[in-house]
Amino acid sequence: MATLAGLEANEDAVVLKVNADGELKRRLFSLGLRKSSHVRVKAVSLNKSTMEIETGACMLALRFEEAKKIEVEKI
Amino acid sequence: MKHLKIALVGQPNVGKSMLINAISNSKLRVGNFSGVTVEKTEVSFDFHGFAIRIIDLPGTYSLNEYTQDERVTKEFLENEEYDMIINVVDSTNLERNLFLTTQLLELDKKMIVALNMMDEATKEGTCIDEEQLSNILGVPCVKVSAVTKTGIVKLLNRTIDMSNFAYEESKLIYSDTVEEEIANISAFLKAKNYSSNIVNRKLALKLLQEDISIYKKMHDEPIWIQLLPIVREALNHLYIHYDTKDIDDIFAEEKAAFAKGAAMETVQCRSRDVKSATEKIDSILIHKIFGIPIFLFFMWGLFQLTFELGSIPMDWISVFFTSLSDYSRTIFGDGELGSMIADGAIAGVGAVVLFLPNIMILFFGIALLETTGYMSRVAFLLDGFFHKFGLHGKSFIPLVTGFGCSVPAYMSARTLKNDKDRLITLFIIGFMSCGARLPIYVLFAGAFFGAQNAGNVLFAIYIVGAMFGLVAAKFLKVFVFKGKDEPFVMEMPKYRMPSFKLIWHTVMTKSIMYLKKAGTFILVASIFIWFSSNYPKQPDLEKEYSKKIELAQSEPEKSVLTNELTRRLLENSYLGIIGKSTEPLFSPLGFDWRMTVALETGLAAKEVVVSTLGVLYSLGESVTEEDNGLVDAIKKNIPFPAAVSFILFVMIYLPCFAASIVFAKESGSYKYLLYLFIFTTSVAWGFSFIGYTLTKMII
Repeated sequence: MATLAGLEANEDAVVLKVNADGELKRRLFSLGLRKSSHVRVKAVSLNKSTMEIETGACMLALRFEEAKKIEVEKI
Repeated sequence: MKHLKIALVGQPNVGKSMLINAISNSKLRVGNFSGVTVEKTEVSFDFHGFAIRIIDLPGTYSLNEYTQDERVTKEFLENEEYDMIINVVDSTNLERNLFLTTQLLELDKKMIVALNMMDEATKEGTCIDEEQLSNILGVPCVKVSAVTKTGIVKLLNRTIDMSNFAYEESKLIYSDTVEEEIANISAFLKAKNYSSNIVNRKLALKLLQEDISIYKKMHDEPIWIQLLPIVREALNHLYIHYDTKDIDDIFAEEKAAFAKGAAMETVQCRSRDVKSATEKIDSILIHKIFGIPIFLFFMWGLFQLTFELGSIPMDWISVFFTSLSDYSRTIFGDGELGSMIADGAIAGVGAVVLFLPNIMILFFGIALLETTGYMSRVAFLLDGFFHKFGLHGKSFIPLVTGFGCSVPAYMSARTLKNDKDRLITLFIIGFMSCGARLPIYVLFAGAFFGAQNAGNVLFAIYIVGAMFGLVAAKFLKVFVFKGKDEPFVMEMPKYRMPSFKLIWHTVMTKSIMYLKKAGTFILVASIFIWFSSNYPKQPDLEKEYSKKIELAQSEPEKSVLTNELTRRLLENSYLGIIGKSTEPLFSPLGFDWRMTVALETGLAAKEVVVSTLGVLYSLGESVTEEDNGLVDAIKKNIPFPAAVSFILFVMIYLPCFAASIVFAKESGSYKYLLYLFIFTTSVAWGFSFIGYTLTKMII
């Protein structure tokens, strides 16, 4: 099972499933990070703690812990 | 005159406050990051015979509350009276913004959609068919740009038009699956000739959404027995189709699909070239290795600038106040009144105004950070580091705001979702030295480290303060506010060129506020300090010394005696008595009673520390005229180790009275304020003691 956390900078993927609980899931949803949305990793911080991704027209910063909850398929 | 109350709603960082500023010429705080507005603000103005009140609400991604500031918006929209909603959307990111719009449509209020940032969208090659969008949503859409002030009048005209017509049901259409079930239930209701104050379609929809109040209402109706199986079946269809039993999820999905459809039908993109500007900048500024050093360099540069550039006009201001002081003596004489004006009012206010240039440069730097979009990047860079200390990356925003002033910083901590994260952040905001402490640092750094090093020392003071803050955060996280970590999800805004006008305006507002405070609060405090350091009068002592002085043989002997008299008079004044009686508390830190008093008055506001020192040393120094600057007076009277420990103490202890009240409000209890007082004071004392002892050992 590939997750967003496994991607490197400049890799693209499609979200398969968001394994987050209620509040976080809804937050990610309203930010446009949901099933079948297209994501691209823009940058990864030095010690792999935080990543910047692009989804739709917006850029998001999230931690690897959150990224691990997002199942993706690399394209 | 007709009244119109309008709620301004939109996602974070779409320019709601900016739009209000453009509409009404008001001066709300704006910035380029999520969560600038955390409290609802009201702006009133007249337009074409209407008294319009616009409520600026904190930005929210959706109506599912998440953070505290979003709760403000949700509660307002659901519970308060208002005539209309203006939904501000970011035209460059229509789909995501329309998701909130679909939720707002369900509130059954008159609504206008303001397609903001149209100028930016045009630059990016995005065209929006607003007529088509109006048709799809069933509410008027107006293209505007708060920055270039286009479309503003049109927006207002449409608002007035809307207020004259009755509310029309919006046209939110769901997917075929949902629509089919709605149709089924509606058909049944129609067949039963059921009617109520709610339209049947709406009733059917609310039943599918498991709306509690509707279920309660329908539960008492005879039709309920037959209706129930139909609703149950309809829900089952939806469960199967969506592969989930969470009805909220299903409708969120529905709305997202609607938003996507609406965006797809109305937006035309020509090119996406412009976007790469942000990407290019990002590739440097949030670079894996260079990102943090670049940030530190910026900070260092800012403090260098604060000192170097600031010291030029400081000389002029200093000269101005010295001559003003001399001039006032020629008018008011050398008596009590003259002393009160020259040594009290002018010395105190002058000491504070002296640092205006530094304050302006600092706020200029903060304004740049806030308006360019760099702030969120730094939060991104530092999250990993912060996380180790039990802080949230988003804490960075209140903490940086804290370098300006603690009051807005405490308030902006509302963007943190988790109460424990928020409390930790609140507790350590004080460690980020606020603008009002800058004068003290500039004064001491200039006096003790020389002009070449002062900038570096300033930078070091701020960094060390921040480090203490991080350690304190870790301590609080481990021992006091235990709990699991909160997720970190944050939007990164596009880089925007801040307008010169905006920056200028921000810096000017802050400067005027600073001057106002100097002219009012500081003035009163200075006179009060002058008074309590001049009274009670001691005629016996004065008589005794005047005799001695008369008898003195040489000039140096006379001046020694006069100095001694001034010192003894000061020590026996009200302030001297207070200072002397509390001196033992601080003598292990090397403070004399004057520094003690300065710290104590500093509890009211940090600027008072400098003005108190100004008054106390100008009184003490009034006899010797060789050096007239406060810097020299301090250099002469305070030993180096005491200066170090004084800086450390100022760095850490309670910001000011106003901030303390806000802290109590934001943390939710005065109990926490007491904790904060004990916490900061004991930490300050401890660090000062260590600093004092170490410096003494080294020298």
